[in-house]
Amino acid sequence: MNYEPVIGLEVHAQLLTKTKIFCGCSTRFGQEPNSNTCPICLGMPGVLPVLNKKVVEYAMKMAVATHCRINRTSTWARKNYFYPDLPKGYQITQFDHPIAEAGYVDIETDGAKKRIGITRIHMEEDAGKSIHDDLSGSSYVDLNRAAVPLIEIVSEPDMRTPEEAAQYLRRVHEILVYLEICDGNMEEGSFRCDANISLRPEGQEAFGIRSELKNMNSFNNVQHALEYEILRQRAVLERGDQVVQETRLWDASQGLTHSMRGKEEAHDYRYFPEPDLVPIVISDAWEEEIRGSLPELPMEKRTRFISTYNIPPYDAGVLTASRALADYYEEVVRLCERPKIASNWVMGDFLAYLNEAKLEIEESPIPPAALAELIGIIGDGTISGKIAKEVFEEMWQSGKQPKEIVEEKGLVQITDTGELEKIVEGVLEANQKQLEQYRAGKDQLFGFFVGQTMKATGGKANPKIVNELLKKKLSMS
Amino acid sequence: MELNRLTIHELQKQLRDGTLTSVGITESVYRRIASVEERVHAYITLTEETATEQARAADKRIQEGDGGPLTGIPIALKDVLCTQGVRTTCGSRILENFIPPYDATVIKKLKDAGAVFVGKTNMDEFAMGSSTETSHFGVTRNPWNLECIPGGSSGGSAAAVAADECIASLGTDTGGSIRQPAALCGVVGLKPTYGRVSRFGLVAFASSLDQIGPITKDVEDCAIMMNAISGYDTSDSTSVPAEVPDYREAISRDIDGWTVGIPKEYFVEGIDPEIKTSIDTTIKTLEGLGARCRDISLPHTKYCVATYYIIAPSEASSNLARYDGVRYGFRAPDGENLLDMYKKTRSSGFGAEVKRRIMIGTYSLSSGYYDAYYKKASQVRALIRDDFNRAFTQCDVILTPATPTPAFRIGEKMDDPLQMYLCDIFTLSANLAGVPGISIPCAYTKGGLPLGAQFMAGHFQEEKLLQIASAYEKHSDQEKRKPEL
Repeated sequence: MNYEPVIGLEVHAQLLTKTKIFCGCSTRFGQEPNSNTCPICLGMPGVLPVLNKKVVEYAMKMAVATHCRINRTSTWARKNYFYPDLPKGYQITQFDHPIAEAGYVDIETDGAKKRIGITRIHMEEDAGKSIHDDLSGSSYVDLNRAAVPLIEIVSEPDMRTPEEAAQYLRRVHEILVYLEICDGNMEEGSFRCDANISLRPEGQEAFGIRSELKNMNSFNNVQHALEYEILRQRAVLERGDQVVQETRLWDASQGLTHSMRGKEEAHDYRYFPEPDLVPIVISDAWEEEIRGSLPELPMEKRTRFISTYNIPPYDAGVLTASRALADYYEEVVRLCERPKIASNWVMGDFLAYLNEAKLEIEESPIPPAALAELIGIIGDGTISGKIAKEVFEEMWQSGKQPKEIVEEKGLVQITDTGELEKIVEGVLEANQKQLEQYRAGKDQLFGFFVGQTMKATGGKANPKIVNELLKKKLSMS
Repeated sequence: MELNRLTIHELQKQLRDGTLTSVGITESVYRRIASVEERVHAYITLTEETATEQARAADKRIQEGDGGPLTGIPIALKDVLCTQGVRTTCGSRILENFIPPYDATVIKKLKDAGAVFVGKTNMDEFAMGSSTETSHFGVTRNPWNLECIPGGSSGGSAAAVAADECIASLGTDTGGSIRQPAALCGVVGLKPTYGRVSRFGLVAFASSLDQIGPITKDVEDCAIMMNAISGYDTSDSTSVPAEVPDYREAISRDIDGWTVGIPKEYFVEGIDPEIKTSIDTTIKTLEGLGARCRDISLPHTKYCVATYYIIAPSEASSNLARYDGVRYGFRAPDGENLLDMYKKTRSSGFGAEVKRRIMIGTYSLSSGYYDAYYKKASQVRALIRDDFNRAFTQCDVILTPATPTPAFRIGEKMDDPLQMYLCDIFTLSANLAGVPGISIPCAYTKGGLPLGAQFMAGHFQEEKLLQIASAYEKHSDQEKRKPEL
């Protein structure tokens, strides 16, 4: 029997507010343990939460970007459970009245578009971190992360393959980062994903029994964990057994999932309305203000790049992967007016050098104007594409302008036909043997003569002219 | 006359005249404590050293002409209010050694006003009780009869005022915890409208019901205290940014032409005859002052106790989850693993009544029971609130007894939680509805125990409560008595 996977994802995104959700403590990552804390986020007796308005604004941005309905009134709830890194013994979250509902994100796999529904977006506080020291047998609690704001984005069970899930996740990630409300760092845990997955016989309407997967800290992990889980559940079903409803942890090192807790051990969170906070009321005007403040989103940008710059969809996809890269590219194009060559350079050497050096775009030693100048002098024939690569490397190392480098190093392209003709003649003369072979019909040797000519000019010869000259000379007998 | 027996307004006048000093008043308070505290046990912690410093600073302020109505006045604080550097136990073993790193908003306000803090008063553990008997630190005795309970949960704060071991005090009221002990100790106690006084720094019992309020020797003092503690606080999202009137002004106004509602549901068969008589007498006094008393109905009254004992424990079960032994307070030393540490810490850190309520609340919020208990109770609560809103279209204030009985004997109800829960039968509706209520002394039983009358008014109508209570206080035939200790 064929089985169809049904996948839904829950994304937790840490919001980039300066302060925590219910107190004035800093949200900075990597500080001394328990230094970003105060009586409120430590859950001292008698303290009360006061909502950080920025959190609501950020959640609203995500809601607008994912086409959700923003509820005019939403409320807070307490989710009760005991754990040492949860200082109050409950998490303040939203339960039956979340801030936003019923949205969607469009994805594309194998060239086909698909709309993935968003069930809801809600705001909540993060927990702290427990650190277990197996050597001493002690556990430590760091509450710097406690009460850092999160939004949870819950999808509909609309995905049918691990690729779709990974694609959806990339789109959600991209939007969050574009909106500058989340840094999207999966390793540091500021972007986390849980997956619900079940199988059903093809053609069946009703969902099968699902398992919930946790502990996947990269896009690839999510995809691999889902792939594994499909195989596992299929094996269970093919044996004639039932899938057990449970939470399973992904073990990336072993490449498999194992059971964390079953349905019976599932917590009863005893949700009830948070009496210390008043409902969040959002006016039409506030929603409009947020709507107006949104930047161009990745999908829109992609479409615009394809139509405005006339570049392939693949290029547009790469160039819009981040706002910074897209802005960089657009600035280069504005200055050099050669969109396709600019795309090749930005996607090619520029990104390769950045990745190699592990630098952010903002940290690049080559500003858009310099790259535009380089593209300019390639376009007007001052230097060849080959020399340009050399110049680019020099620009990267020294931070110098391309024209300056070309001048200093005498890299200007030789376009003087008379001068080149003499060089070509010299090359032919020096390689009589090859010349004879060529004339005897070994056409492949044409490239050899081009190479020898380029070598003789230190790469500065205009390849087009060299080609023409060689054709002319070689056809003469 | 011993200074500790005087009221805030009496002392304030003399402080301003320079005829006495805060240091002198404070000394007289601690002299009184030295002589009676062993019998009354109103306090968990005394802070004489800092009180003396505060008194000196207050005297300096007054000399410089900078004093306000509370400058230099010795005040007692219920031990559920966080005081920076002074341990705050909530009457519980689990917080026996807890020293808060911050002040509650009301504490800050009183400090700014120049008040002198005498100490932290005894209370039922986490304010759960009506007799102060559930305190980990031993029972407080009623100054009128040391065999009797002072009421609760603010029993220490009420007894301290009644026994002149302070000039005034702060209590907290979740279901009657200010008004009931004030009534049983023969003093004035006011529970403000929910949202009138900041709860920041009040260790939560039931967040949607808790309010801080004054316990004082007379109504004018109550107004002075209300002026000092009321108002919006950015640290408490549930405090209300409404203007606070000058409550002291209200007490000079008469009540001619007022309508006083008498809810028939509060005068059912079996009511203590002395209580019934005390309210009948109060009605006559009010009519003599030009008020018209009429019967009204609060039809959902019979559901109040049941509703309260779902909502309050539900919130408490969540509020008390933080006492887990991890970060502060008591931790059982012999936990074998995390779960074992939790269990041992909470089993031995909390007393029986607190554990009972945590269990009731946890049950009420559990999956499968939530709809039948917590949700239903919340719906009934809305009906109770509607009862009051409707009633206040027909009358200015509502008059009821403050308690169903006078102070009872220590130990009498400890084995019968349901009987204990009924002690709050007349007071907890005000918390459910969020309206303010005041309890004032209105009579004495044949056995010499005080009885209280309760007035309730609409949301943010504390002025009306103070106005009628003051009018009654001035014109009642009731002699002013002090307990003999």
